[in-house]
Amino acid sequence: MRRLLLCPPDYYGIEYEINPWMRRTRNAEPGLACVQWKALCDTLRTLGCQIDLLAPQPGLPDLVFTANAGLVIGRRFILSSFRHKERRGEEGHFERWFAEHGFEVVKLPPKLIFEGEGDGLFCGDVLFCGYRFRSDIQSHLFLTELLHNLVVSVELVDERFYHLDTCFCPLPDGSAIWFPEAFDGYGQRAIREHCASLIEVAREEAVHFACNAIVLERDIVLPDGCPGLCRLLDKAGYRTHELPMNEFIKAGGACKCLALLVPAR
Amino acid sequence: MFSEQIELRGHIIDSLILPKVLDEILGRGGNFRILEVRIGQERTDPSFARIEVSGPSPEIMDDLVRRLRLHGAELVCEADVQLAPAPAEGVFPEDFYVTTNQQTFIHFNGRWVEVRPAIMDSGIAVDRGPQTATALKFCDVRKGMEFVVGHRGVRVVPHQRSTARTDAFEFMASNISSEKPKSAVIREMAEEFRKAKRAGGKVLVVGGPAIVHTGAGEHLEKLIAWGYVDLLFAGNALAAHDIEHALYGTSLGVYLREGAVAEEGHENHMRAINTIRAAGGIAAAVAKGVLRQGVMYQCVRQKTGFVLAGSIRDDGPLPEVITDALEAQRAMRAQLVGVTHALMMGTMLHSIAVGNMLPASVKTICVDINPSVVTKLADRGTFQAIGLVTDLEPFLRELTGFVGGPVKEVKADAPVAALPA
Repeated sequence: MRRLLLCPPDYYGIEYEINPWMRRTRNAEPGLACVQWKALCDTLRTLGCQIDLLAPQPGLPDLVFTANAGLVIGRRFILSSFRHKERRGEEGHFERWFAEHGFEVVKLPPKLIFEGEGDGLFCGDVLFCGYRFRSDIQSHLFLTELLHNLVVSVELVDERFYHLDTCFCPLPDGSAIWFPEAFDGYGQRAIREHCASLIEVAREEAVHFACNAIVLERDIVLPDGCPGLCRLLDKAGYRTHELPMNEFIKAGGACKCLALLVPAR
Repeated sequence: MFSEQIELRGHIIDSLILPKVLDEILGRGGNFRILEVRIGQERTDPSFARIEVSGPSPEIMDDLVRRLRLHGAELVCEADVQLAPAPAEGVFPEDFYVTTNQQTFIHFNGRWVEVRPAIMDSGIAVDRGPQTATALKFCDVRKGMEFVVGHRGVRVVPHQRSTARTDAFEFMASNISSEKPKSAVIREMAEEFRKAKRAGGKVLVVGGPAIVHTGAGEHLEKLIAWGYVDLLFAGNALAAHDIEHALYGTSLGVYLREGAVAEEGHENHMRAINTIRAAGGIAAAVAKGVLRQGVMYQCVRQKTGFVLAGSIRDDGPLPEVITDALEAQRAMRAQLVGVTHALMMGTMLHSIAVGNMLPASVKTICVDINPSVVTKLADRGTFQAIGLVTDLEPFLRELTGFVGGPVKEVKADAPVAALPA
């Protein structure tokens, strides 16, 4: 059974602007956000996931995006260190939850910036890590030495795809869904060399967060409005579950951003 | 070239970070030398690379290093310069760094600081407060001042002459020869001076009395009047004979128009000096209407700066002549700030002395009838000088003809004048 950590959107809203999607003048509709989040929760439960909930906190609207909490490897939780001060208040809550649930909390050395599963995703036995807009590449070396794992660092070049999980989604067979334009040429080559095969997402669906999907073996939960990708996934033998996510896309997140894999590996 | 060492660690091969960093260096005008690479043995082992990155300026290097840090490059820290205090007035500390006339930087408190001015045969004084580095001569050394010792943390940027062959300096990149086609070179020089003045450059003339003896004074006077000369360095003799000519029509007793020896003409330069001394100096003589023509007259009239440095054989000297050699050096160095071009004519002593004060970036032309003057100038460190072996009068006549008229009246795109008759 897949275990996931989520956080109810009680205090979710657009209170600051730290990515190109956020506009304080275009706030989320709280009721609708709640409905969309509950639908995600229900779908994940229906697909057999165990859902753990982090208590929402006033003043931390992005706490709902639990994928950025850190990276869980076995019983170790590598706590994120956020780039933006607006999100640093979340770190203590994530740390406490994992400590209380029996995980060994690993903190990054000072000055290293890493935003958890937002920028660190396993594809096969390779940990792909994004850098530039949020995480720094220096944190990848720390992960390499800590995990004794191959870490492939890829540079993100389009600010709209500021986290790796907005443009890259590994699949269980070592292949991945991706939006190549979000990476520089070297990153594209590195991904091509290390992934078994790749499913490319069209630009109009990429900006609808098509890559921000939760993969549960053959079931893939993704935002609605991505018919092209759904067709490709269906053809590849996956079952797709489309959910409206527009209230969270306003903040630059969708399905995957709302759930942290416990553990990722 | 400036260089820094960087280190890369991690899965830099699988992530293509190593080729990306190397491409980034080349793409941004830098160069690299791989000093060490260790590839991880197992798939999960990180790799390591140590690379020397070089670039043409500190700005490009800073930009490059900033970019490379984004991709995980760690800078191997450059060592700061070592400093030691001057043990006494006029004495550098043991093992003090001796400057060249090339652009030099020191690494101090973690950053590159340019040494100013770029002057040869000096020590580098470092002021910790404003973090400045100044090239100082013996006479300016004060006890306790801190100077750079050893070579650590010092970078010299070699002056490179372009090989594009688009102006006189590239055209004449080689040596002096009395057998080169002079007109073409002088035409290039005229164009160079015009370009320099249009670009806000500052032209220095260093001259000997041969300018007057050969009858070239009137051409130099014209260049000054036209605004091409910003600064004149000379000795007592140039000024004395120029004034002798202005007052008596002779130079060393010879009428310049006729070439005939004046009766008792050898007295003329003494009388000229006496007249100026009586008037209270060259400027005062111009103000009083005593001196009405000549090179020095034009300097005063045009407010062209001049420094006259005395020597042991001077008559007089004229009141403006600075007889203390150290004081004269100081006065010259103070005036040299911003000089872009130097034209040295008919004086070995002053050419070598001034050459020692010039940064290598100053475009320097040495004109003399004696080829060994240019050779000596280059041999004593002013390697950037180009030379022309010719008599001064035809040189200056031709140069003035090619220049064509006052700075303000020569249009930017006007063709260089035809060869004067």
